[in-house]
Amino acid sequence: MAGISIELLLASLMVAATPILFAAIGEMVVEKSGVLNLGVEGMMITGAICGFAVAVETGSPALGFAGAALGGAGLSLVFALLTQVLLSNQVATGLALTLFGLGFSALIGQGYVGIKPPPTGSLDFGPLSDIPLIGPVLLRHDLLVYVAIALTAAVWAFLRYTRAGLILRAVGESHDSAHALGYKVVRIRVLAIVFGGAMAGLGGAYVSLVRVPQWTEGMTAGAGWIALALVVFGAWRPWRVLLGAYLFGGITVLQLNLQAAGVRVPVELLSISPYLITILVLVVMSSDRRRVALNAPAALGRVFHASS
Amino acid sequence: MNRLTTLLTGALVAAGLAAPALAQDPVKVGFVFVGPVGDGGWTYEHNQGRLAVEQHFGDQVETVFQESVPEGADAERVLTQMALSGADLIFTTSFGYMDPTINVAAKFPNVKFEHATGYKTADNVSTYSARFYEGRAIQGHIAGKMTESNIIGYIGSFPIPEVIRGINAAFIHARKANPEVEFKIVWANTWYDPAREADAATALIEQGADVILQHTDSTAPLSAAEKAGGVIGFGQASDMAQYKPSPRVSSIIDNWAPYYIDRVQAVMDGTWESQQVWHGIDEGMVEIGEITDAVPEDVANEARALMDSIASGTYHPFTGPLTKQDGSAWLAEGEVADDGTLAGMNFYVEGLTGAIPN
Repeated sequence: MAGISIELLLASLMVAATPILFAAIGEMVVEKSGVLNLGVEGMMITGAICGFAVAVETGSPALGFAGAALGGAGLSLVFALLTQVLLSNQVATGLALTLFGLGFSALIGQGYVGIKPPPTGSLDFGPLSDIPLIGPVLLRHDLLVYVAIALTAAVWAFLRYTRAGLILRAVGESHDSAHALGYKVVRIRVLAIVFGGAMAGLGGAYVSLVRVPQWTEGMTAGAGWIALALVVFGAWRPWRVLLGAYLFGGITVLQLNLQAAGVRVPVELLSISPYLITILVLVVMSSDRRRVALNAPAALGRVFHASS
Repeated sequence: MNRLTTLLTGALVAAGLAAPALAQDPVKVGFVFVGPVGDGGWTYEHNQGRLAVEQHFGDQVETVFQESVPEGADAERVLTQMALSGADLIFTTSFGYMDPTINVAAKFPNVKFEHATGYKTADNVSTYSARFYEGRAIQGHIAGKMTESNIIGYIGSFPIPEVIRGINAAFIHARKANPEVEFKIVWANTWYDPAREADAATALIEQGADVILQHTDSTAPLSAAEKAGGVIGFGQASDMAQYKPSPRVSSIIDNWAPYYIDRVQAVMDGTWESQQVWHGIDEGMVEIGEITDAVPEDVANEARALMDSIASGTYHPFTGPLTKQDGSAWLAEGEVADDGTLAGMNFYVEGLTGAIPN
């Protein structure tokens, strides 16, 4: 393992995991409300270009991230309108959203190829960031890394301890019962979808503004699909989704480092290891089938209409 | 609304196949791209070649293209569709399209196919490639002179002969310039994934590399080099001039336009024949982008001299004595590698560490 610095590795792990964490936590809330939005990739890439464009035009990364959230949320509203108001098929609409997002972002992005975005600075923790190990690993990142973790905690607390969270889950479990109790099923789902869109947008912008940082067409390259898979393998639990994202990000970075360090492991094995290990760990953790069944939203993907 | 969105989505998909105005019986030329035309590298340059064809022939041609086509079964479907829609000549612009091209070509004997960087031909399939290794030799020289950590990072895409040839050419000349140089190689297993390319560059930089060479298509590694600071890299396939003067200190530019125009003309004249073309700096298919001020004048001059000697044919980047990684002799003193060995290169030269993935 000569040449691999654990500190640098753990630090880049957090950066690599952040985009999928954003998208996955957002999608988890959407699915908890009983809606399956397969358009995560499309919303991410739209967020990536919206964030990039706004950051370049205004010179402010903060505004860029706000723009990314708006862009992702805007695209998700199209999905909400189609699936919640016009009752179209969620799977087909989600796939169309991804195709649309990829094309749409390429269109907006034409004028932004080869431009450098304003740098997103790291937070300054003062002397704290010099604490051995903890400093370099945890305390030298940009704000968004912490926002992602904070949002995971917030979503966890929201779903577990608040009345609104309970209502959201009720809608996802049985929209007919929730409707009978007088809850506005469609409104709640639209809100969840918009939240998911904004989160996916933030994740996309994290790729284009921090992780790479530049704009190129199709640059999220499948991260949205990973996020979707993490929600399922994480059994719709926020902390497991976070664990999955960090595992995936961590092993992605680790395998590249192992290659660079010249470890004698077949490259093919290293390349599939992020997918393999993440899925294995999460499947083993969620192997109690009854509890997973309890956790999967029962009304997931089903169309709701008040008259039915 | 539903229909509108469907229409919009359809229009976007169709935009990839949109055709310019028709003239009387124009020659229809198809292009299959592995990445998006806005990748800023490999596919961007092929698309520039396509645009040059349009400009040169005007109404006499009609070009169609499809971008981001995965290598494998999907490519066969895209190719079949293009051939069925009346294409006369189809350029397939990535190594992984080799078998799909051969398969589809067998079904459409009247359609001409041109496959980039492969080695299989048929009566209606030509191959064309550029001697990128000539440019790699120059990059290797600059890298060897510029590195202070003596560690050079190399981002490989897939372990195919073209990529291995590039690694060997760069390594030989880096070692010549600086005997202390070590190469660290990372296989990204993709031609185009900006996030992973950036991660790979970052991993190499974290392990001490201060020069990054890439054989992937996006500008992400240069972006990562810039973020890290004090690291240099090279434009790959395209000039990537937006990263001048540093981290991008020079580049290999693929210039496909003259070849594409030439081959379309051959189809028009009815003189098209299956051939294998492999052009280099001399013919202009490989261009070396401006060496910036970030490189000391004497190093830049050496690099230019190396370029001139390769272009004039007085020097070949694979000139003996050279030994393979396993220690067996390859080229004797003064012996020059033949094109057959180069085209199928599947071994590292002595001094490189690590194994080539299968």
